[in-house]
Amino acid sequence: MLSANLSAIFYLISGVLFILALRGLSSPETSRQGNFFGILGMIIAITVTFLSIGNFSTGFIVVLIFLLVGGLIGAFIAYKIPMTAMPELVAGFHSLVGLAAVFVAIAAFLNPEAFNLGYPGNIKLGSLIEMSIGAAVGAITFSGSIIAFLKLQGIMSGSPITFKGQHPLNALILISIIVLTYLLCSTQSSNLFWILLAVSFLIGFLLIIPIGGADMPVVISMLNSYSGWAAAGIGFTLENTALIITGALVGSSGAILSYIMCKGMNRSFFNVILGGFGATEQLTSSQNKEQKPVKSGNADDAAFLMKNASSVIIVPGYGMAVAQAQHALREMVDTLKKNDIKVSYAIHPVAGRMPGHMNVLLAEANVPYDEVFELEEINNDFANADVAFVIGANDVTNPVAKTDPQSPIYGMPVLDVEKCKSVLFVKRSLSPGYAGIDNDLFYKENTLMLFADAKKMTEDITKNL
Amino acid sequence: MEIDPFIFRLSIFILSIFIGYYVVWSVTPSLHTPLMSVTNAISSVIIVGAIIAGLAGNSDTIFNTSSIFGFLAISLAAINIFGGFLVTQRMLAMYKKKKKDK
Repeated sequence: MLSANLSAIFYLISGVLFILALRGLSSPETSRQGNFFGILGMIIAITVTFLSIGNFSTGFIVVLIFLLVGGLIGAFIAYKIPMTAMPELVAGFHSLVGLAAVFVAIAAFLNPEAFNLGYPGNIKLGSLIEMSIGAAVGAITFSGSIIAFLKLQGIMSGSPITFKGQHPLNALILISIIVLTYLLCSTQSSNLFWILLAVSFLIGFLLIIPIGGADMPVVISMLNSYSGWAAAGIGFTLENTALIITGALVGSSGAILSYIMCKGMNRSFFNVILGGFGATEQLTSSQNKEQKPVKSGNADDAAFLMKNASSVIIVPGYGMAVAQAQHALREMVDTLKKNDIKVSYAIHPVAGRMPGHMNVLLAEANVPYDEVFELEEINNDFANADVAFVIGANDVTNPVAKTDPQSPIYGMPVLDVEKCKSVLFVKRSLSPGYAGIDNDLFYKENTLMLFADAKKMTEDITKNL
Repeated sequence: MEIDPFIFRLSIFILSIFIGYYVVWSVTPSLHTPLMSVTNAISSVIIVGAIIAGLAGNSDTIFNTSSIFGFLAISLAAINIFGGFLVTQRMLAMYKKKKKDK
């Protein structure tokens, strides 16, 4: 059996390894080593836990079986999941962290002796507060992530679900959570503990249903943050350094990502959380539906334009993910490069359904990461480029964000696609994007609309090159 | 007067938030998706608590309610640990630099 001090030192080491795991992600070269540090930290934490308990009887075998079953399921999912489904996967994983936190809190509440927290009905006050926070945040993470998962999968409609009195109701429930925690700590009643959990599950559900599909990058980041805070809460209960460090890391990581995503849309965090965006704007856009002239073309025209270009910038968006067009796109780019045309990719921070979504898809299609640029890095290059190839993106290219203060997306940083000599816009129809507003780009002199499925169109262009 | 150990844990917590803040800002935006999957994996270190709960009983009380919740939590966390690290590895393996000869 490992002494308490020695195990605490090992937990500290695994916490440090987790910090190094995140540090490694500062560049793709060091990232794989970082992931290795993460795995090492996890192995140390689990081994130390077994050694410090020192119970290798039947219970140990049962634990190993459950560990193995979960591990096999996880490994199977990790190898099978297509890269386009990454947002759903991450949402699903968040829900599991949340539920695991809830289960650990329940176990600690039912059997506090095992955790040195006192006795049933007489749990140390501090531990009970920490436990309640961990359990409540875990429950919110769980039900919120389930809703996010269902929305991303398309099982549940991506449009915001709003009803009258939604915000007062949510506020009331949040207050009741605080009151319940207070009552629980003063009475130690197990009934209150269960009610607290039920109410927390409910609020997680209610918080996410009003948030629309394209706001998912913020939601996923936010739930990522919550899962961290839940882990930290449990870490305090268990007096475990590895868990406290990790919870704080993950919590701040998710919070920063939410901030970056909100900034990418020029919206405040509360504006996203309160939800319902897009529902009202659609009305205004349908009113002024006068017919404006649109130039549309086919794959042949697009191929001709690109063949005569010397530099092309590609702007991918969620539509590319939906159409699974990333491989076809890379083949097109290969052909362009053979013709000595310079090609780069421009990624908007909120393109896709989660932070970095487009980068992963392009990497999957073997696009070298040094050809892929962020908004600030590449935005000045549009003026010197011959062709911008917009595939599956819409709102993030809309010049209205710079010109019309009335527009709901005014002030949002956008890619200056319109500055290119010509713009090719692959899209299935003229319908507005998620924000429900018309894109002026469709009607510009130098824009050629390519109405087709993104994958089919790119394949056809390649044939014509 | 002695300092409550809680204060030490709180200090670790607050300092870790700051470390997280600076480390995460230095993560390149193109790796934000792997960042999310790896944070998923490491937050599942909560499995430590699940193992303690699962091993709390003696041979007669292996399957009491508290331990069962522990066992379930072990499986959930293990899905995340294996799934999270492996999918991160799979993603990171795809990030390649431009070949010089092109």
